[in-house]
Amino acid sequence: MSILVDKNTKVICQGFTGSQGTLHSEQALKYGTQLVGGVTPGKGGSEHLGLPVFDTVKDAVEKTGATASVIYVPAPFCKDSILEAVDAGIELVVCITEGIPTLDMLYVKAALDATGTRLVGPNCPGVITPGECKIGIMPGEIHLPGKVGIVSRSGTLTYEAVKQTTDRKFGQSTCVGIGGDPIPGSHFIDILSLLEQDPGTEAIVMVGEIGGTAEEEAAEFIKSNVSKPVVGYIAGVTAPPGKRMGHAGAIIAGGKGTAKDKFAALNAAGVRTVESLADIGDALAEVTGWA
Amino acid sequence: MNLHEYQAKSLFKDYGLPVSDGYAVDTADEAVEAATKIGGDRWVVKVQVHAGGRGKAGGVKLADSLDEVRAFADNWIGKNLVTFQTDEHGQPVSKIYVESCTDIDTELYLGAVVDRGSRRVVFMASTEGGVEIEKVAEETPEKILRATINPYVGAQPYQGRQLAFDLGLKGDQIKQFTSLFLGLAKLFDDLDCSLLEINPLVITTEGNIHCLDAKVNIDNNALYRQKKIAEMHDPSQEDEREAQAAEFNLNYVALDGNIGCMVNGAGLAMGTMDLVKTKGGNPANFLDVGGGATKETVSEAFKIILSDKNVKAVLINIFGGIVSCATIADGIIGAVEEVGVEVPVVVRFEGNNAEAGRKRLADSGLNIIAAKSLSDAAEQAVEAAGGKA
Repeated sequence: MSILVDKNTKVICQGFTGSQGTLHSEQALKYGTQLVGGVTPGKGGSEHLGLPVFDTVKDAVEKTGATASVIYVPAPFCKDSILEAVDAGIELVVCITEGIPTLDMLYVKAALDATGTRLVGPNCPGVITPGECKIGIMPGEIHLPGKVGIVSRSGTLTYEAVKQTTDRKFGQSTCVGIGGDPIPGSHFIDILSLLEQDPGTEAIVMVGEIGGTAEEEAAEFIKSNVSKPVVGYIAGVTAPPGKRMGHAGAIIAGGKGTAKDKFAALNAAGVRTVESLADIGDALAEVTGWA
Repeated sequence: MNLHEYQAKSLFKDYGLPVSDGYAVDTADEAVEAATKIGGDRWVVKVQVHAGGRGKAGGVKLADSLDEVRAFADNWIGKNLVTFQTDEHGQPVSKIYVESCTDIDTELYLGAVVDRGSRRVVFMASTEGGVEIEKVAEETPEKILRATINPYVGAQPYQGRQLAFDLGLKGDQIKQFTSLFLGLAKLFDDLDCSLLEINPLVITTEGNIHCLDAKVNIDNNALYRQKKIAEMHDPSQEDEREAQAAEFNLNYVALDGNIGCMVNGAGLAMGTMDLVKTKGGNPANFLDVGGGATKETVSEAFKIILSDKNVKAVLINIFGGIVSCATIADGIIGAVEEVGVEVPVVVRFEGNNAEAGRKRLADSGLNIIAAKSLSDAAEQAVEAAGGKA
C-alpha cells in the first residue's frame, strides 16, 4: 500500500519537451511510472519519447485519463501551469521547480484551497512509491518497496533517509518531498495524516529544517492524531539567525523557526528525534523493534 | 533583497505615501548642497547601510547647521558602521541620506510580512514605535495589532480604519492612516515584497501621519519581474564571498568555524554542518552547489571555500540525485590543479555515479581522503582540521 500514487496512477508532464521535462520523463518511464503524455503549448499533436504531446492540460486529461501531473516549467510560468492543472481537474499536482515568487504561491495556495486538487511542492524532489510510480527527480535506484513513509522539506535529506531505510531492508511505502519554500502546496500535517491512514505504512520519518513553524504544527498534530512510531530530524542547528540557508523558506526570522524549538516540539509530542542525520535508520530500528 | 532607506522612500514617494524631502549623496559637498536645496535650519542625516540599529550606533544625527551636515558626511563616507545587527567589521557607508527634519509627537509602528502560518500577507501595527518590534511581540503581544489581507479581494479600507482606531488615532489621522495602509498593501503586492516596515511611523506635532523610516525587503525569486528594483541592488552591503558565490548560482553563507563544507542540496548542507558540530568540529560555511552543478561551479565553490583563511580542512558531501558524483569529482580535480590545496580534503560520494566519482578521485593521485560513510566523513574532517574544538 502507499499514499498519493501507485502503479495505476496515470501521470502527465507539464513542460514535457523541455530539457528537465525530457530528462526526468525518460527516467520516470524507465522506472515504470505510467507516464501517459505531456503538455507543451504549441506542440500539441506531436509525439515526444513515444508519447502524445498536448496543447493544454484539459486536452491531455480528456485523452489520457491522467489524474496526476508533474511540472518542470520555469519558475515565472509555474503559477499559470499549476492553475491550469487545477482547472483541468487534476487530483495531484507535483511541482518540482525552484524559485517561484512567494506571492505567486500565496495566490496559488488560496485558489487551491477552494478546489479538490492537492499540490506537492514546489521546490521539491517529488513523490515516489517505490517499485510503482516515480514522479520527480529523485534517483529511483536508492529506493526499496517497504513500510516506512518519509516526508521531508529537503531533497537530498530525503535521499539520506531513503538510503538508511533501504540499507536496513525496511524499505519505503511512499516518500513525499514537500519542498523548501515558505508557502508549500502540502504541509507536513497533510502528508502525516495520509501516512497515518495508510495500512502499508508502519513507521514514519519526518525531516524538517529551520524556518517557519510547520514542524511545531506537525508536532501538535502527531501528539493527538498519529499512532505510528515517528522518527524526526531537523536540519540547521548550526544555522545563524537572519541568513537564508539555500532554501527560500530556511531562515530564522525574528528569533522564530530555530532547530532547537522544533526539536523541542517534536520531543514533547513523543517523536523519537535524532541529532545526527546518520542516525535515522538506527532510531527507526529502535522505535519499531525491527531487526 | 534588502533596499536602502533612501531607495525604499523613493518607492514610497512613487506610491504617494508621506515621506520627507530628501537626497541620497556620495560626498560631503553634495550633502551640503542637498541640505541647502531642502532649506530650513535643521536636517536629519543618516548613513545608508543594510542594518538596523543605525541610530544607537551614531549613524543618524540631527544637524543644526550646514557645518554639522558636512562634518557628519566627512566622518562617515568611506567608513564602516557597526551596529548590533552587523558583524564586528560593520557595513560600509558609501551614501548619506539628507532629509528635512520632522517634529515628532508620537512614535508608532507599522509593518507587513508574508505570514507563513496563515499563508497571507499580514499587517502589524503598534503604539510601541521606535523600538525593536520583536521585543514588543515577545513581551507584550497584546500591543501588536494585526490585519490579514484576503488574497481574493485585497486590502480593504475598513481594515485600515480598524487599525487606526485601535491605535488611538483621531480625526483626519484616520483617513491619512487608512490611505497609507492601502498604499502599502498595493506596494507590497506590486513589488513582490517579503517585508515592509515603518519604524517609527510618527504623528508630527502638526498632527499628521508621517513615515520617518522605511524598510523594504524584496523576494529574490521575483527580481526577474522587478527590473527597476533589481537595479537597486547594492553588492557592497553583502559579504564578498556570498556575492561571488551568488554569481555562480551557489548558495554560500560564511560561518566562523574551520571546516569548509561543500554539499549538494540546502537541507543536506545544513545537515552536514550540524553533523560536523555533533562530532566536535565547527563548520566554516554553508555551501549548496545545487542540483545543476557543473565542473565549473564546483571548481568555483572550491575556490570560495579556500579563500577563507580559517579553513583547515574541507568536507565534500554529495548525494547525487540529479547531479553526478563524477561531475563533482572532475570539478574538485580541476580546482585542486588550478589553485592548489594545502588543507586535507575529505570526500563522501553517494548516489548517482558515486563509484565513478570515487574512482576518478583515487586515480587523480591527489591527496584526498575517501570517507566510508556520512558519519565517517564528518569524523575524518574534524580529525583533519586538528581534532575536536
